[in-house]
Amino acid sequence: MSESSVEKIIARYPGAERDKLIPILQEVQESEGFLKRDAVVLIGKHLGVPASRIYGVATFYNQFRFEPIGRFHIQVCRGTACHVKGSLKVLESLKREIGVEPGRTTRDGLFSIEVVACIGACGLAPVISINGEFHAKLTPDDVPVLLESCRKKALEVG
Amino acid sequence: MPIILDRCCEKCSHSQAEPCPMAIECLLDGPLCHESPACSEARNTWKSKVQRSGLSQPVIFAGAGTCGLGAGAGSTIQAIREFLDTRSIPCTIVEVGCIGLCAVEPIVDIMLPGRARVSFAGVTHDRVCALLESMLERGEVPEDMALCQFTGTGETWKGVPLFSEHPFFGPQTRWVLENCGTMNPESLEEYLAAGGYRAFAVTLRTRTPESTCDIVEESGLRGRGGGGFPAGRKWRFALNTPSGSKYVICNADEGDPGAFMDRAVIEGDPHKLIEGIAIASYAVGANKAYIYIRAEYPLAIQRLRKALEQAENQGILGTNIFDSGFDLNIVIKMGAGAFVCGEETALIHSIEGHRGMPSPKPPFPAVSGLFGKPTVINNVETLANVPGILNNGPGWFRSAGTENSPGTKVFALSGKITNTGLIEVAMGTPIHDILFSMGGGIPDGKAFKAVQIGGPSGGCIPDGHTDLRIDYESLGEFGAMMGSGGLVVMDEDTCMVDVAKFFMDFIQRESCGKCIPCREGTRRLLEILNAITRGYRDETPEQALERFRGIVNLERLGQVIRKTSLCGLGQTAPNPVLSTLRWFRDEYEAHIFERKCPAGVCTGLLTFSIDEDACRGCTLCAGKCPTGAVKGARKSPHYIVTSECIGCGACLEVCPFDAVRVH
Amino acid sequence: MMKLTINGKTVEARNGETILEAARKIGLDIPTLCHMEGLAPTGTCRVCVVEDRKTGKLIPSCSYPAAEGMEIATHSNQAVAARKTIIELLLASHPDDCLYCPGNGTCVLQRYAQELGVRQRSYSGARNRINLDVSSPSIIRDPEKCILCGRCVRVCSEVQGVSAIDFTGRGSGAQVACAFDEGLNISSCVNCGQCVMVCPTGSLTERRDVERVMKALDDPEVTVVVQHAPAVSVSLAEEFGLKPGSDIVDKMNAAFRRMGFDSVFPTSFSADLTVMEEANELVQRVRNGGPFPMFTSCSPGWIKFLEEFHPEMLGNASTCKSPQQMMGAVIKRLWAPANNLDPRKVFSVSIMPCTAKKFEAARPEMGGDTQDVDAVLTTRELAELIRIFGIDIAMLEGEPADSPFGDRSSAGKLFGASGGVMEAAARTAFHMLTGENLAELKLDEVRGLDEVKETTLLINGLELRVAVVSGLGNAGRLLKDIIAGKRTYHFVEVMSCPGGCINGGGQPYLTNPERVRARMQTLYEIDRNASLRVAHENPSIKALYRDFLEEPGSERAHHLLHTEYTAREVLR
Repeated sequence: MSESSVEKIIARYPGAERDKLIPILQEVQESEGFLKRDAVVLIGKHLGVPASRIYGVATFYNQFRFEPIGRFHIQVCRGTACHVKGSLKVLESLKREIGVEPGRTTRDGLFSIEVVACIGACGLAPVISINGEFHAKLTPDDVPVLLESCRKKALEVG
Repeated sequence: MPIILDRCCEKCSHSQAEPCPMAIECLLDGPLCHESPACSEARNTWKSKVQRSGLSQPVIFAGAGTCGLGAGAGSTIQAIREFLDTRSIPCTIVEVGCIGLCAVEPIVDIMLPGRARVSFAGVTHDRVCALLESMLERGEVPEDMALCQFTGTGETWKGVPLFSEHPFFGPQTRWVLENCGTMNPESLEEYLAAGGYRAFAVTLRTRTPESTCDIVEESGLRGRGGGGFPAGRKWRFALNTPSGSKYVICNADEGDPGAFMDRAVIEGDPHKLIEGIAIASYAVGANKAYIYIRAEYPLAIQRLRKALEQAENQGILGTNIFDSGFDLNIVIKMGAGAFVCGEETALIHSIEGHRGMPSPKPPFPAVSGLFGKPTVINNVETLANVPGILNNGPGWFRSAGTENSPGTKVFALSGKITNTGLIEVAMGTPIHDILFSMGGGIPDGKAFKAVQIGGPSGGCIPDGHTDLRIDYESLGEFGAMMGSGGLVVMDEDTCMVDVAKFFMDFIQRESCGKCIPCREGTRRLLEILNAITRGYRDETPEQALERFRGIVNLERLGQVIRKTSLCGLGQTAPNPVLSTLRWFRDEYEAHIFERKCPAGVCTGLLTFSIDEDACRGCTLCAGKCPTGAVKGARKSPHYIVTSECIGCGACLEVCPFDAVRVH
Repeated sequence: MMKLTINGKTVEARNGETILEAARKIGLDIPTLCHMEGLAPTGTCRVCVVEDRKTGKLIPSCSYPAAEGMEIATHSNQAVAARKTIIELLLASHPDDCLYCPGNGTCVLQRYAQELGVRQRSYSGARNRINLDVSSPSIIRDPEKCILCGRCVRVCSEVQGVSAIDFTGRGSGAQVACAFDEGLNISSCVNCGQCVMVCPTGSLTERRDVERVMKALDDPEVTVVVQHAPAVSVSLAEEFGLKPGSDIVDKMNAAFRRMGFDSVFPTSFSADLTVMEEANELVQRVRNGGPFPMFTSCSPGWIKFLEEFHPEMLGNASTCKSPQQMMGAVIKRLWAPANNLDPRKVFSVSIMPCTAKKFEAARPEMGGDTQDVDAVLTTRELAELIRIFGIDIAMLEGEPADSPFGDRSSAGKLFGASGGVMEAAARTAFHMLTGENLAELKLDEVRGLDEVKETTLLINGLELRVAVVSGLGNAGRLLKDIIAGKRTYHFVEVMSCPGGCINGGGQPYLTNPERVRARMQTLYEIDRNASLRVAHENPSIKALYRDFLEEPGSERAHHLLHTEYTAREVLR
């Protein structure tokens, strides 16, 4: 039950104050995949922070989501080096193949795209990461191949 | 892992309960409290073992930093393990950080007993077999893969360049990066055996916070995150502000796109950073330090966590460190994805659990910062320089660099350059050397156009000015900014207006939105740039008017944004635009007045046509065209209806006969 | 002390004072948009930039500390040009709606655009398209007009301690919003309207009821009755260019009649009624030993605050309705039948310095077949109504209120200021317990604009500890202390707005501390000069009890004039 997993996380921060807000939000998102309204209210009660505040903090940072991501979450690096090496075309290829805009998830819940700030692997631009795994020096033609292997993986695991 | 906490024998006065203040030095120089050849011998044995002199079996070092992993180092390591298993070859595998030549990752080093350690480049998993067969089974170096070898590690090989003579590595002054790529970042023992934490221990025992600040101030170390503010002076402000609690924060947010040196340091040599933080905390009087690291660096966070744990276990961090009476606790705080949190006051607010919006300065954090207490915020690279300065003295630090910018700087080379990666050079090195000797020049025979320095806050240095020396003053006079040291190289195929637009787009996304000049001003700047790069097909007459007027307003608006924004992000936001406008005005004018993009990047301004003579009528282009703008019958020359063309370039990509022309 | 030069004049400043504060000493008012008196500067708007002549740089005067030897030019070409550009940038993403905007004439953005000589649209571009939030019965938010100065967020959080709204998102997509972008009605908003008072543009306004009132006035079959809060008659003058603080109650009565209201009653009358019921309730609690403290219930923002944040303390709140609602109940359920009027054809209007009263009037407890009060107009809306009817209020001859609810004691009039309810109730409680009046009716300890006041009343050997608090932030803190047992009182007066109703969310837009003080002084002057100074001697009140209610606390009184409150589930 998801509420109890949030409660478990909160229980590890007894007597916590405002400065624990972001770490708690990060842990909850790590565990649940995104921030649900109930979770935010629970966290607010525990820390004594109003819901509007928590919402204000969470919407400020790129990291926090209020909707679930796909099974394969693709992050495309938006850094300078990647841009100069053609990341835009890679992104366009992804958008075409998957069929959703950045920030959204496919209807079957398989893929979601997110454009992120520089990952820090500039020597290997353009870079994308799928579920945390990096893929470097990507060209638009590599994209369908990568996506296909993801689809295969999804079928195997079931 | 018992090293420091253990006594070496019954005669030793050191114990876990009462740690000896000389414990660190004793590891290498001891025994200090008693005479014992056996104990001396034990130390030598330990040091040899840790530093791998006198090996009995080969050691393989695999570059497993984020760059390496991104290039496939994971599969490489897997392949190596399989090879060793199936052939039952006894051999140790050590994962190390980035040595800096990212362009040729995955990099694997092999050290055979008694022979020098050799680095091999481009070792993807399919080349593992050939490499290992050659080295481990035949004892031969496959020269096509050899990158360089390290002297002082064994008998050298013929025909393999020395590290110190390699065109990329040789000219570098590797102080901050000295252990990256060669030392096991997860081994505290290796760090100690190389003299690590000695500076901290000696400082605790023999120096006061004041004298520590003195030393750092004398060295002339300036903030390496971009501000360039003298570190020692900042420490002194905090030291001199009376308060019950003080804090040190290490800024590992590294938000500049194109910068990854902090990541490499943390992944490759986390203990050096921790030592720097510890010394800074002592100098300032802080008992709690934070490392604010961006969440996008999971491997770095992992390495840092492990290193902190090791340091705590060995009493290097905690209470009454080495019986000095000094307590220090270091906590990791993960950023949540906001470039503006690299700004000091925004970073502080983020740690406090608020939106990362900056506050007015004065008051400065050194006087009133985290939770209202004196706080010193330093960049990773700044802190990584500190142990060296305390070990070797300010004079040593000043032996490299210039009068006003002593020491070294780590630069991240990326973009259109052959040797992408990290280099550390003395301040004052001419850019020409960085780009064309170490960097290996522009690939594919293209012409160099400009190098962007300082990320979205910086400016560009165009062709013809590469004799410029990289130090704070020279760059400032030139009108550029050091920033964090990210160098993005651009060639003739890069459109400078597009680059300005890219940076402005980045700034707009990352602007916190608090102050009006930055929030609204950068939005208007971006709109003007969009107007310039927008295609005539999409433009209304009002928008055309906007386009002309926009240029007039660009400079005026840029000035106001620069002068009135609340924080550095806003204050430097107009820089990329103003800098490219200054050096590449002709490109801007081509976009505005001739409606052309000379570099062929801004798709809205490109006209595509098909060369009748070259076209064979294969219809591949017509098939790919998303709007049906390509017309023509089979086997006869095709043509493009310009009014329907959206400039996507799909036809150009697919044409096998090179018949598509771009203007 | 240190010396600095501003525009060539030498100014002395204390350590820690900002350039803005130093400039004010020589009468220089540097323009600001985000600055809030008494709260720390945030450096948000950058409009206050001034030039440091020594460095040539522009620095924000609101936050930059004054330093010895500084040379400041507040209106150099550079500073003025920067200010102008900042205003132009705001205008570029602002709706060009001045003629239709409730902020027309009072909007600070409008004023600065004019003062800085903005004569063309230098910048134009995309604007954010955001829907209005019309979910609340009291307040309307128009995020498209918001300039993100942050004053509403700060007043809601730092002054009122509610935090219903906050900045969300980032950069040019940033907006002031409730949690999860929901409407105000499901947030923790208590409708106090302080945000409306600090908003420099027309982004935050009250929900309009002017049209509904006009429709009723125009209907010959409807009897329109109006009541007006004590604070209104001492605040309305400002809307018509008369001296702030002037009491124009008689002209106001005349204006009402010109507009077609059939009967005019002062809410001070039902304030007297509230005093009777509440003093009686206090006396009963004293006799029964509790529950203590008893809280006043006339501030609907405070009641909502309790319902949301401390429902466990609702049992301590007085069960009395507010004067507005008592008057509404009396009009519809006693007066109307007594005058052979169908209550459904009686349209009951109240004029309040308050936005939360709109919420209160619509509460389900406050009515039967019809709501006891049908429409609430703020002081601002009343001024608008008077203008729509083309009435020159200054030229009117004064007229008295209508019977039978036209008399009021000055105790009831004191309700407009913080401490007024306490003072009025104390006068009557004393009489109820001793049979005599206080020797000195004026209770200085509970007067004035201090945010927390306390004193002990000695009544026949009984020591009654009382406190007066205004501003919900202060009330919340006091409440926490009370719950923790750190402080004990018998009776606490709470007003949501700092200073009391005279500083309410429905008051004229150009309210400032001087005007608030002027309004308050007039109320005290009225009390000083009145012949009837205690509620229990009000003949109309006596008549009401005699003819209808029997006595304070009777079952009839209870049924009509008391209510209960319950916990409220909101997104907080």
